[in-house]
Amino acid sequence: MTRRQRQRLLRGALYASAVLVVLALVAVADWELLRRNFLDVDIAAEMFPDVLLVAARNTILYTALAFTFGLALGLVLALMRLSSIAPYRWFATAYIEVFRGLPALLTIFLVGFGIPIAFQTRWPVLAQITLGLGIVAAAYMAETIRAGIEAVPRGQMEAARSLGMSRGRAMASIVIPQGFRIIVPPLTNELVLLIKDTSLLFVLGTTPATKELTKFGRDVLTSRANATPLIVVGAVYLLITIPLTQVVAVLERRNARSR
Amino acid sequence: MSAVPAIRVEGLQKSFGANHVLRGIDFRVDVGEVVCVIGPSGSGKSTLLRCVNRLEEADDGSILIEGEDIRDPDADVDLLRSRIGMVFQSFNLFPHLSVLRNLTIAQRRVRRRGRDGADRVARENLARVGLAEKADAYPAHLSGGQQQRVAIARALSMEPDMMLFDEPTSALDPELVGEVLAVMRDLARDGMTMMIVTHEMGFAREVADRVVFMDGGVVVEEGPPDRVLGDPAHERTRRFLQMVR
Repeated sequence: MTRRQRQRLLRGALYASAVLVVLALVAVADWELLRRNFLDVDIAAEMFPDVLLVAARNTILYTALAFTFGLALGLVLALMRLSSIAPYRWFATAYIEVFRGLPALLTIFLVGFGIPIAFQTRWPVLAQITLGLGIVAAAYMAETIRAGIEAVPRGQMEAARSLGMSRGRAMASIVIPQGFRIIVPPLTNELVLLIKDTSLLFVLGTTPATKELTKFGRDVLTSRANATPLIVVGAVYLLITIPLTQVVAVLERRNARSR
Repeated sequence: MSAVPAIRVEGLQKSFGANHVLRGIDFRVDVGEVVCVIGPSGSGKSTLLRCVNRLEEADDGSILIEGEDIRDPDADVDLLRSRIGMVFQSFNLFPHLSVLRNLTIAQRRVRRRGRDGADRVARENLARVGLAEKADAYPAHLSGGQQQRVAIARALSMEPDMMLFDEPTSALDPELVGEVLAVMRDLARDGMTMMIVTHEMGFAREVADRVVFMDGGVVVEEGPPDRVLGDPAHERTRRFLQMVR
């Protein structure tokens, strides 16, 4: 037997045993029980239309708010990290290290408990959500934005300055727009992560009108003692994230053509 | 010729770390004059040019632009720079903007011109460099020679008093050099004040009013192109010219 034949035989045996294991598990699994617990059509039907009109809507709203806040704060932090003023750099570095290092859940908790104590008032729930998730998102996005700005060739800043633009004007008109084009893929990635992180917001407390997808699904799961809601909300998440990444890919292709 | 030179440099010193690049440069360009700066790579000629509009900070000496000290901490550097057009070796067009927007963005943001006024100036200058039909193209779709001509038109759109060229043809394929030099020749004929760092000896001889030869961070000699390029006084100049031929 040649070396090549031996390799092919070995690979074939591996595939065959993997298929056998899967088949065995499929045969042994209790499909009727699975169906009843995960694919109960009646329970799934009960979740509509609220799963879309309330829960999915809230997930998208919270993501949009946190992303906008995170992007704005992230840009400020990125510029501080690139600043020639040392204390700005220190602050930005410390911020990024702290909020990338802490679990998002912990940060959201801190915001939820901290604000009422600090200001002796309860902030509107949307403000807490924006702040809690946005603080974390900003830390990640700051590093992405900084990398984008640094990827713009130095000649771009020089050309802008040679035309009489101030440093800030050159940043705003020439460098930052190019930097953002470079970081569209990693920013999309962070947006998708943020969509999923909205599932942590339940710790701020919810009312029926403020539930996002995961909390909504878990509440139905508890009340009906059935796992079907998890399948339903899972499908809704994919319904949001997959078209989003596809749209961004199309935008990016169109963008690449003008470069 | 005006009494105040367009550019006057005195005692200019510049180091990059331990590398002493400019060792006391005295240099001037009069209004309407075309000065070509030649010399081997590492001689400091590009650094001198970049110090003139303060893209590089000089360590010592004075740089007067039309009599104003650009190194003065109170000087309005942005305003001074807007009067000094600059053309780079690597073009440095803004790739995210159309050709027209490349030419209008500084007019609008720095000169505060309205859209119509800026567009008109931009189209005039595109026509001047022979690229009127490329207004809506993006830089990536132009050849190197076209990109450099757009870069010249971009600088001209600010209606500068003088132009600096930092090896404008060094990044070009040989067959594209001619179109850029032709544009520069037209500019010189129109009386533009120009400081040109270049390796194009033929162009320097034809267009320059004065040629400055630099080596080792000093000006070795300067004078009319026929004399400096045809019958140099210094051995170093002679050796350099033999090498580039």
